[in-house]
Amino acid sequence: MRRVSKNERVKIGLTLNGRKLSGEAEPRMLLSDFVRHVLGATGTHVGCEHGVCGCCTVMLDGTAVRSCLTLAVQAEGRAVTTVESLAAGDGKLNALQQAFQKHHALQCGFCTPGILMSFTDFLQRNPNPSEAEVVDVLSGHLCRCTGYAGIVAAVLEASNATQQKQD
Amino acid sequence: MKPRPFDYVRPDTVGEAVAILAEHGDEARVLAGGQTLLAMLNLRVVEPAVLVDITRIAELDAIHEVDGKIEVGAAVTQNKLMAWPGLGQTLPLLAAALPFVGHFQTRNKGTVCGSIAHADPASELPLSLAVLEGEVMLRSRKGMRVLAAREFQQGMLTTAREGDELITAVRFPIVKGGVAFREVARRHGDFAIVGVAALAESKDSIRLGVAGMAERPAVSRIDARDAAAIRDAVEHLAWELEGYEDIHATARMRRDLLRRLGTVVAVEAKRCAA
Repeated sequence: MRRVSKNERVKIGLTLNGRKLSGEAEPRMLLSDFVRHVLGATGTHVGCEHGVCGCCTVMLDGTAVRSCLTLAVQAEGRAVTTVESLAAGDGKLNALQQAFQKHHALQCGFCTPGILMSFTDFLQRNPNPSEAEVVDVLSGHLCRCTGYAGIVAAVLEASNATQQKQD
Repeated sequence: MKPRPFDYVRPDTVGEAVAILAEHGDEARVLAGGQTLLAMLNLRVVEPAVLVDITRIAELDAIHEVDGKIEVGAAVTQNKLMAWPGLGQTLPLLAAALPFVGHFQTRNKGTVCGSIAHADPASELPLSLAVLEGEVMLRSRKGMRVLAAREFQQGMLTTAREGDELITAVRFPIVKGGVAFREVARRHGDFAIVGVAALAESKDSIRLGVAGMAERPAVSRIDARDAAAIRDAVEHLAWELEGYEDIHATARMRRDLLRRLGTVVAVEAKRCAA
């Protein structure tokens, strides 16, 4: 049984984008703040901090979750994947990111890291989704400048690209 | 905002979790998916002294069939139940209602039991449990209590759970008959304004459950001989429940939504049974 008293700072180890890392946190520290301020991976953005906007979405053991509705201590020993993992080592964007660029699926880009992580999980489970399914997953995100049509087009193209590669 | 400080405890077994709850009672809060609780902590609407994280208790992360009922453990997420292969065959009402629970991203972490424990009057899962006449299993050091859905959910965000009790599972009976579910929300995945679930028990009788009209889901058996009988019964129900006013809708709009949804859902359930 793990017990941490309030105000006690404990070492929390986890895997971030394939690397084993650790940092100190109090029980009340959110995973979003831990990833950004303690581990220094600022690609994940923080918007509303109550689970509505979707900006802070990361993958926890491969499934997309709100990192503002997860405590850092809950991610102990688990694998966290953020937007920094998507591009290749040489900076080349992956298929989903390239499709976002091509379809102007971002403008200010604040909401983009969360949307990319949601669809990274979703396309792994459902590689060839319908437009309605894409819209349904996108309903868990708010974008206040570009609008959603470009995002839907980008996800559909990325899914088709993945599909053709598998064929 | 950020939560106020709290002690964090992550038990490995139900026995350990129950012992912590016996020690701290109402000062403690059980953390399962946290998709409502973490938001409430961040907004400082709740300020527990101790948070008991049950997400790593392996025995709670299971779905079983027991005595003609599907038992869903307290750590089972909404998406896990949605992807469970037996769902469409055994619990078609849940298969219809789960896609309306939050969003894909929140269902990945939000639990079935957590939603029922939270007891939001407009919520889909408490409504489904009430219509199917399911049960809530509560464990404490004193033993196990099994409460019917209507005994468990007492009012707005209020349940019969005692401070030292842990909800270990809920049980949804496998029932024969047509089902249907619909709701109206501002945006898909948002909190419903009014939700309606129906189970056609026979040619002439439908169990109709309504969420978002009163302090808790209202379930009644309505005469469903023909379209006119259904329309009369839903009209009667709208006036009986009255509805209430909040920022999303007036009581009058709620009654009107119930008239429209109620009739359509009852007819759908009947057609699905045939």
